[in-house]
Amino acid sequence: MHCISTGSRWGMRAFVCLMLAGVAVSAHAQLRIRITSGVERPVPIAIVPFGWQGSGGAAPFDLAAVITADLGNSGRFAPLPTSDMVSRPTEPSQVNFQNWRLLETDVLLIGRIVEDGVDRYTIVFQLFDVLRGEQLLAFRVARAGAELRETAHQIANMVFEEVTGIPGVFDTRIAYVTETGEGDAREYRLIVADADGENARIIAESPQPLMSPAWSPDGRRVAYVSFEGNQSAIYLQTLRTGNREVVSRRAGVNGAPVFSPDGRQLALTLSLDGNLDLYTLDLATQVLRRITENPAIDTEAVWSADGRSLFFVSDRAGGPQIYRTEAVPGSRAERLTFEGRYNTRPRLSPDGRQLALIHRDASSNDRIATFDIDTGLLQVLTDGRLDESPSFAPNGAVIIYATRVGRQGVLASVSTDGRVRQQIAAAAGEVREPVWSPFALP
Amino acid sequence: MRSYKVLLACLMTVLAVAGCNRSNTIPDGAVPAEADSDRGASTTGADSGRPGGFEALDGDSSAAPELMDQLVVYFEFDSSDIRADFNSMLAGHGQYLAANPNAQVRLEGHADERGSREYNIGLGERRAQSVRRILLLQGATAGQLSTVSYGEERPAAVGSDEETYTLNRRVELVYR
Repeated sequence: MHCISTGSRWGMRAFVCLMLAGVAVSAHAQLRIRITSGVERPVPIAIVPFGWQGSGGAAPFDLAAVITADLGNSGRFAPLPTSDMVSRPTEPSQVNFQNWRLLETDVLLIGRIVEDGVDRYTIVFQLFDVLRGEQLLAFRVARAGAELRETAHQIANMVFEEVTGIPGVFDTRIAYVTETGEGDAREYRLIVADADGENARIIAESPQPLMSPAWSPDGRRVAYVSFEGNQSAIYLQTLRTGNREVVSRRAGVNGAPVFSPDGRQLALTLSLDGNLDLYTLDLATQVLRRITENPAIDTEAVWSADGRSLFFVSDRAGGPQIYRTEAVPGSRAERLTFEGRYNTRPRLSPDGRQLALIHRDASSNDRIATFDIDTGLLQVLTDGRLDESPSFAPNGAVIIYATRVGRQGVLASVSTDGRVRQQIAAAAGEVREPVWSPFALP
Repeated sequence: MRSYKVLLACLMTVLAVAGCNRSNTIPDGAVPAEADSDRGASTTGADSGRPGGFEALDGDSSAAPELMDQLVVYFEFDSSDIRADFNSMLAGHGQYLAANPNAQVRLEGHADERGSREYNIGLGERRAQSVRRILLLQGATAGQLSTVSYGEERPAAVGSDEETYTLNRRVELVYR
């Protein structure tokens, strides 16, 4: 662990500790996922505990439990409780389809773990369509013990995509910010966890605010804003090594960093002349270019899929609305949103056709909506009062966001078709600003 | 509870500022010409003879000058306009800064929790800039003033009601 001390003129604590490889989060801070509502007819699936062929009595890892949690928490599957299973096949030859039909199971997953050597395993699994009695998937993979959790997420991905047609995101990650304590005892943490809340690691920790995490397109780095030393600055941190660098610490505001699709540039917000405008920063050459020049607040940029333009928020017409501009200096900005008096924090869908944003309705509720860029159609997806910080899953099927339950800030997710809702809470403290990672690298 | 905390924070700042004044920022006789000049002057005078940084809490007319008790400017919803009731306070700070060229103040802008966090950084910065402009008009120099916007990240009060929001839409003057 590497600790940096910054000026502490008033004797207040002002330091940031960096975790080189990340430090595990204590159990009470870990996220727990709960389905608030699922699809009307989730797919009945049986995920049989995997067989074990090796030394010792039990398998080193319960793959079926993780796959069951992934698919169950997606809201699109209804896993059969293990206790209701009348047989526990681990090989195709042991499967009696008629038995599973009687249990009204549509899809059946079986598998086994074979010990190949010290900490070396082969995992084999088959997925069946029970009604037709057909095999849908059959794979074998060799893995070390430490990779078995990830392997379970990957199997869940393959099952999810085979059955729903939507790529799974169970092996992706989520970055989020937590705040604990009050007043001078406040602690802000930037955390990266697996999409199911496991393996939570502290990336940065500070008594001063941390905010606005953003993933690099390759998922290896996170940019964020930190206020250490009573000044905002944008940092870029490599997750594997913990190495971090300041990319912008100019006078005034340094905020809203987002990576270009090719990962070579950041769009960011600065207030070099006392007013917030959009800039782009080439990370290799450090060339800074001013994109907007307007006396209004211009902020919260997000790149178009082709990297040529920026969607952003401006209150140049009164209330904040979404605009689009070419990502070159001196371009004319075009207003996109006209419904309601407050639309902010756009994030682009993976297919580049929609924005998720915060929409304030006529009753002053802040809700998450999707905005179709071509048609201008705005669709409100959530029903909270203070919903914020929407972020698309890399498959485009789910939006994670921050909301409030009572006084506590929690995370929630909603499928983009509005049918599946989850609440994701930590046992203590505020959780906010969730940002879904890109797809894991192959 | 909430107001107690705010009061305590103000008091701490007062003590710190008073300490700075005595040791190095107010040259003899260089006091604001108007408004709070009498209090400013008595502070410097009364401080002499005490160990550095110590200031009587009460029962002493020379205690914390009223100006330094007024370190927070509040704003209306979605507004960065300076309310009329803060004009004389900011005039006092501006004149104090003009008279004390070594004094420096950080203007910390804040917003309430509604809406997006980065747009709220914008609102907080805009409020800090409003205060900055007034102080410059009153004779402070750009080198004495810095701004930082915390948006909704460091609320003075916790809650989701209008009373709380009113306390959180603010600019704090932090003398250094």
